[in-house]
Amino acid sequence: MSFSIYKYASPMTFYGLAGKMIPWFSWGAAILAGLGLYIAFFMAPTDFQQGEAYRVIFIHVPAAWMSMFIYMVMAFWSAVGLAWNTRLSFMMSRALAPTGALFAFLSLWTGAMWGKPMWGAWWVWDARLTSSLVLFFLYVGIIALWSAIDDRRRGDKAGALLILVGAINVPIIYFSVKWWNTLHQGASVSLMQAPSMAAIMLMGMLVMAIAAWFYSIAVAMVRVRGIILERERQTEWVKELLEKN
Amino acid sequence: MLRFLITVIRRDLLLAARRKGDWLTSQFFFVMVVSMFPLGIGPEPEMLRRIAPGVVWVAALLASLLSLSRLFADDHRDGSLEQMLLSPEPPVLLALGKALAHWLIYGVPLLVIAPVLGLQFGLQADVIGVLMLSLLIGTPVLSLLGSVGAALTLGLRGGGVLLTLLILPLYVPALIFGAGAVDATLAGLGPEANLSLLAAFAMLTLMVAPWVTAAALRISIE
Repeated sequence: MSFSIYKYASPMTFYGLAGKMIPWFSWGAAILAGLGLYIAFFMAPTDFQQGEAYRVIFIHVPAAWMSMFIYMVMAFWSAVGLAWNTRLSFMMSRALAPTGALFAFLSLWTGAMWGKPMWGAWWVWDARLTSSLVLFFLYVGIIALWSAIDDRRRGDKAGALLILVGAINVPIIYFSVKWWNTLHQGASVSLMQAPSMAAIMLMGMLVMAIAAWFYSIAVAMVRVRGIILERERQTEWVKELLEKN
Repeated sequence: MLRFLITVIRRDLLLAARRKGDWLTSQFFFVMVVSMFPLGIGPEPEMLRRIAPGVVWVAALLASLLSLSRLFADDHRDGSLEQMLLSPEPPVLLALGKALAHWLIYGVPLLVIAPVLGLQFGLQADVIGVLMLSLLIGTPVLSLLGSVGAALTLGLRGGGVLLTLLILPLYVPALIFGAGAVDATLAGLGPEANLSLLAAFAMLTLMVAPWVTAAALRISIE
């Protein structure tokens, strides 16, 4: 018997696999988030420059990482889907987009909460903030395009194309915003100014980051199962499955 | 192949010449949006000079988006777009020709109008020159990138607003470098760095956008 990952490219087999993965990843996310928050609130010391308010970075940094990483994963699945016309790839990027948008929004929101006590302003036109905002706009545009197209196949491909164009553009946007910021010499604050982080803080942040990963995988799996059921509803195996339950 | 490209461009120019109303609407939109800013902000010449590059550039983005929503729509409605895609000529050339025609019809007039608006905002002659140069390099980017959005949103409900939502984030580099070049001139620094970056971005879009537009057209038509 030969094991092949291609087996799981079929929505039918992947449906089962996703179902098995969901409990592991959701419990993993819950436990890791609990651990991470414990480290964040009880073990990590108070920062002598930033006081207690710095603790928001335990949410903020993982959210910002995830928002960028999910976009990369979506671009990957879009490229695969356009190249090999695999059904599941498009479903994956559709399942991931709302989570990516959520994390992008979360990183902006928590960034504002961090900025108020640190910089004295909710919003600063810093390069990172601005490019995160543009990333959030990209997510919104992609979701809007999907929801405007009723035809499923066209929506899949159009969305994938837009995601890829955005992926080419994201680095350019990032650097343009960075140079724009230095030209204007506005707020010359940077997130990286903070002195090297205590090991326990880094630990808490990494645990929270892994929790965010687990959460994203679990949620994406739930969503992709819903999409699979909706799209394959005319097939035999879905009918059998629905009769059983 | 070149003949096909020229035919596509000439056809669009001819169509635009027969429908002057549409064409004028877009130009007046540009002028009006720019003229609203002094009314909203106040007539201090120093302030107006500071904001002029950004205002003109943002208005140019909006004006191009306004006309882009119709880039393929009319041809799609009467079926000629499908015929052109069925022809043996490569669809990439069709996409490139359409984008270039859009630039000639809607982008180039902005260059001609911009100096007048620059005078309204109290810009010096050399700054106006840089503004025109930045628009000369930057407006093709708007047409090329916008054609991708126009092809993706072809025939969708709420196409115009949707197009804005998709394409404005992608315009960010053009806006930053374009307005940045004028800003740098105002600040006494040279505009060269920003203009070079804008030109590089324009080259990249020229290489990528026609292919993406062609693919998007095929997706939207099938």
